[in-house]
Order: sequence, then structure tokens, then C-alpha cells
Amino acid sequence: MPAHNLKHALFCAFITLIIAYPIVGLDLEAEGVNIILNSADAFTVAMILLAVVIVFLFQLFRDNVMAILQKIPRPLPKVEKEPMAENRRAKIESWVLLGFVVFALFWPFFVSRGSVDLATLVLIYVMLALGLNVVVGLAGLLDLGYVAFYAVGAYTFALLSQYTGISFWMALPIGALLAGLTGMILGFPVLRLRGDYLAIVTLGFGEIIRILLNNWTSLTGGPNGIGNIPDPTLFGMEFGRRVKEPGNTSFHETFGIAYNSEHKVIFLYMIALVLAVFTALVIRRFMRMPVGRAWEALRDDEIASRSLGLSRTAVKLSAFTIGAFFAGFAGTVFASKQGFISPESFVFLESAIVLAIVVLGGMGSQVGVVLAAIAVTILPELAREFSEYRMLIFGAAMVLMMVWRPQGLMPMRRIHITLKKQE
Amino acid sequence: MQDLLYFSQQLINGLTIGSAYALIAIGYTMVYGIIGMINFAHGEIYMIGAYTSLITITGLASLGVTWLPLILVIALVCAMIVSASMGWAVERVAYRPVRGRHRLIPLISAIGMSIFLQNYVHLAQGSRNIGFPALIDGGFRFGEIGSFRMSLSYMQITIFITTLICMSALSLFISRSRIGRACRAVSQDLGMASLLGIDTNRIISATFIIGAALAAVAGLLLGMYYGSIDPLFGFIAGLKAFTAAVLGGIGSIPGAMLGGLILGISESMTSGYLSGEYKDVVSFGLLILILLFKPTGLLGKPEVEKI
Repeated sequence: MPAHNLKHALFCAFITLIIAYPIVGLDLEAEGVNIILNSADAFTVAMILLAVVIVFLFQLFRDNVMAILQKIPRPLPKVEKEPMAENRRAKIESWVLLGFVVFALFWPFFVSRGSVDLATLVLIYVMLALGLNVVVGLAGLLDLGYVAFYAVGAYTFALLSQYTGISFWMALPIGALLAGLTGMILGFPVLRLRGDYLAIVTLGFGEIIRILLNNWTSLTGGPNGIGNIPDPTLFGMEFGRRVKEPGNTSFHETFGIAYNSEHKVIFLYMIALVLAVFTALVIRRFMRMPVGRAWEALRDDEIASRSLGLSRTAVKLSAFTIGAFFAGFAGTVFASKQGFISPESFVFLESAIVLAIVVLGGMGSQVGVVLAAIAVTILPELAREFSEYRMLIFGAAMVLMMVWRPQGLMPMRRIHITLKKQE
Repeated sequence: MQDLLYFSQQLINGLTIGSAYALIAIGYTMVYGIIGMINFAHGEIYMIGAYTSLITITGLASLGVTWLPLILVIALVCAMIVSASMGWAVERVAYRPVRGRHRLIPLISAIGMSIFLQNYVHLAQGSRNIGFPALIDGGFRFGEIGSFRMSLSYMQITIFITTLICMSALSLFISRSRIGRACRAVSQDLGMASLLGIDTNRIISATFIIGAALAAVAGLLLGMYYGSIDPLFGFIAGLKAFTAAVLGGIGSIPGAMLGGLILGISESMTSGYLSGEYKDVVSFGLLILILLFKPTGLLGKPEVEKI
């Protein structure tokens, strides 16, 4: 009988009304210098009441609902497989990734320009998420200022091209190395902090970088940003209609084909694809190297790993630096794709989005992260009318994931054997 | 002489902001002291408090209520009720189910909640900043030298006095009342307290409610002081208040007050003597330095890690 829940259900419904009605049901509107208060339309009020009723009913029949939910089989049951089966799973995962790449190679020739452009952005997010995956997923260090390294990569390219006229291919390693170096310099003092303090310190660092970019007007152009960032070239061939740099040739003339602005978009996409695959492969190698094992060991049990002789600073620092390095990579590609950057692109929300991708995908798992990056970037584009609810759903999804499936949708699993319980 | 006046003016401004930061910092420090998590969504609770109080003030004005103290008291009470309910609900929905799991899980959940609440208000009230009417005008002016004139506005005095009242009430509550004693017990040893018959879930809820209510007070005060609010204004203020809590020693209530004041003063000194744009850099830099060199803060107790 739900009678004993009645009081609690009434209370919860009442609280729902209190937190929903004043904020949603009443609308502040500026009218000249005065502010007036309007009541929201009938539909909104009806929705609030509906929410109240739903909360009431849910709390009233909570036990029954939960019992039903328990009966639904989990989508990915946690079965302890034999090591051989796990090994096969890893192999399947590699094949799936390969299939992705082959598909991605041929796909842009058959779709519109806008989709290719969006896909380039997805690939940039894939790079960022793979990099953050090392820091958060493998090494277990929560980095909330990840976007700072992204900004370092982007601004390195933009500034160098502005002042020294450097090309994309030169800037790519420089940007990434500088970002990695920034990560190392920041990481050195802060990595001995405990998990949540580290998160806040990196968050503060990210904000400091953004504020500096915003206010150091003489160097970075402040909020106006930096424009005219050159496009990448293919062995000295430019993709514009006319050649900008002396000594370069243009792509369409060399190959004797008609000029098409789509070439450039597809070329950028290909660069992003190659770099994303490169990122994935490098990190995959790292995961199998001793340092990769050390990241996970230190994440799982710091005291045990240290007593076995792992250097905490060296292990954490390597993860932090590698993560920052790939963020710099992604930043350079981003600057080149946009042709214009400003501090607006490097706000905390961006860090939170990348973090959400890693969390949704399953910490440590590369396939999961790639799928989550695609989902998080493309879903809002598909459902345009819901696009303003994007961040709201994001936040809610992060909370729900933590409550129900903190290991993510496709968690990484190592080949392992579990000891059977003795009867 | 003028330099001294300028300095005292910055000191007054700093103390004003700082005492409001201290009010928000209480929420962080109490929650951290009891369950050891950073309530990342606390800044948003403060923002919701500011919005609710503005809605109440506008609503009362349209009803024809003109007596200022009545308006302020009603706005304060409404903001506290809405924020406290929000704090309670957030704890129930996002924190209680993940309590006791790995350290990062509640933190990520809190970040998600913070994004959710920001966009909740953003969707409901629009993203533009809304002017907050300056209900308390005027002030004392003294020490006029040259073109500079020192001032202490009634608004600033209101902020001091309100903060003082809230802090004294909180101290009394924590040290004298039954729930306050239970709060202290739970923050010392959660497991033992629950063995001795304290309903720890209730105490944790109470902590969130108290913190949220104080944040709502700060929301009303700072909203009026700054003169405009928008859905994002809780984020930076939340970070600053967290800095204040860490500065004073997280988990310690007098520490939060002290930290808030120090942070406010250092911030107003930066904008007074260097540049207003870099005041956030100074407070975040301060946060990083404290965490690096004295993670326990000024008044905090060192945390012993047991194996």
C-alpha cells in the first residue's frame, strides 16, 4: 500500500511547485527602465502542474515503480566473461574502429558541404575527448580546465601566423608541444593535490588563461580575437581560388580540375580525420605500454602502486602532459578550420562538454568516447527545435549517468579473471 | 591624505563584497565539512535566490506595496524558501544516490547539476541580464579632498548588517540548537553519529537547506549591489566563494567568514590599484597558491589520511 508514502509524496510535490513556479511560471521583462512581471502562458503553467503531479505519483508509487525498473534487464549486463572472450572483445573493438575510419574516408564525397563541416567539428571533439580520456579516464585526474590547453594550441597557431607567417603544418607540432609544455608546467606543482582540489585548481587555471587572452589586447586582440588564420596546404598547394602565398600553387590548377570550394572543406575534414586517427593510435599504444598500465594502477589504488615503486608525480605528469598535447593538436586544427578565434570559444562550458563526452562514453573506452562525441555534437543539430534545450539535457544526462551508470555507456574492461566466491 | 582615503574606500568596498562572499562560502564549507564533497551547483542556488528575490520585488511593486522594509523582508523570505527547497531537491536528486562512491563521481554529478540549473533559469527567464532596481539609495559622504570623495552607501551598510545578523544567527544555531549539535557531531564522525541515533540523512539535508538559504540572502544583497543579474552570474561568484571557503580552511565556519573578507579585500584592492579586469585572475591565483602551499587553509584542521 502506498499510504505510508503519502506524506512524503505530498511534500515532494509541494517542493516541486516551489522550485518550478516562481522561476518558470513568472516572467521578468524589461520595459524601458522598469521591469514588469508577466505570468507565463497557460501551456507553461499546465506543464508545471503536470510536473508536480508526476512527482507526486512517482513518490507515491515509488516502491512499485522501482520494483518494475529492477525487473527490466540491463542493456549491457555485467557478465564476467572468460579471458579469451575478453580478448576477442578487444579485437572486435579494433575492427569496429577500423570500420569507422574506412567509412569516414569515403563518406564526405557523397554528402553536403554543411555535413562535412559539422563532421570536422565532431573530429575535433573526438581528438579533445580522446586526450581528456587519458587524463580523466585512465589516470583518474579530473581536469576541469582542459580547454586552456586547447586555447594554447589555437592561439599559438593564430599568433605565430600573424607575426611570423608560419604555415599550418609547422604550427601543428609547435602548438601541440607548447600545449604539452603548459600542461607539464601547470601539472608539476598541482598534481600532488587530491582529486577534487585538483579539479578546482585546473578550473581556476582555465579561467585565468581565458581572462588573460581577453585582456591582453596588445598581443591577442582581446575579445575581438584574431582573424585571417591561413588554411592548411597540401604539399604547397592552396585550396583557395587564388594563390595567397608566393611560391605556392593552387590545388585545382595543378590537377587541372574546376575550382570547387568544397575541396577545401573536404581537405580540412581529411586532416582532422588523419589527426584523430593518429591521436587514437598513439593513445592506444600508450595504454599498452608500462606507463599506460601505471596510469590505471595509480588511479585504482594509489597507495598500493606507490608502495610498488611507481613515482606518483612522473606517472600523473605524463598523463597530464599527453592529454594537454592532444588538446593543443585539436586547438591548431580548430583555429585553421574557423579561420578566426576569440576567447569566446574557450569558456568553461567547452571543458564541461568534453568532460561530458568522456563521461557518457565510458571512462577509458575509445569506441565509447568516439560514439559519445558523435552523439553529443550531432544530436543537437538533428533536433534543431530542441537545440536550446541542449545544455539542459546535457546537465541532466551527466547527473543521470553518475547516478545510474557511472562507468559510462561502454566502459573499458581489461582482460581479467575474477576469483570465484567460495561456497 | 588622499591616498589614505582612497585606500579606505577600497577597504570598504572589499569588506562589502567579502561579507557577501562569506555568506555563500558557508554553504560550501558546511557541505564539505559533513560529506566531503564540493557542491559545485551552490553558485546556481545563489543565482536562483537573486532571481526569486527580483521576481518577488517586482511582483510586490505591481501589487502596490511601497513600504521598503516590508518589500525587502518578503523578498528575502521568498528567496530563502525557494533556494532552500532547491538545495534540498538538488541533494536528494543528484547527491544522495552517489554518496559514498568514488570522489569524482559526486563532483561530476554536481557539475551536471550546475549546468542544468544554469540552463533551467536561462530557458525560463532569458539569457539577457536584467536590471535589479536599486531600492536602497544614498549614503554618507565624507572626507572630500580635491576631486576624490569617500562614500559609504546605505546599501553597503545594509549588506554589513544583514551579514552580521545571519552569521550570528548561524553561530548560535550551530553551537546551541539540537540540530546544530547534531551537525557538528556528523561532521566529526558520520558513522559514529549515525550509530548514536542521529538521523544523518536529515542532518545532511539540513546542511544543504541552511547553506542554500544563506546563499539566497547573498543573492538578494549582491543582486541589489551590482544592479543587474543574469543566469551566469552564479558561476563566477560560486567559484569566488569556494575560494573563500578554501582560503579560510574548508569545513570551518569562522574560516569561511575570514576567507570571504580577505578575498573581498584583495579583490577590491586589485581593481583599485591595478585593473578591474584582473581581479578574477588575482582571486583564482590566490586559490591556486593556497591549495598548493597550505591546502588546509588559514583555520582548517589538517586532514589525516588513514590507510
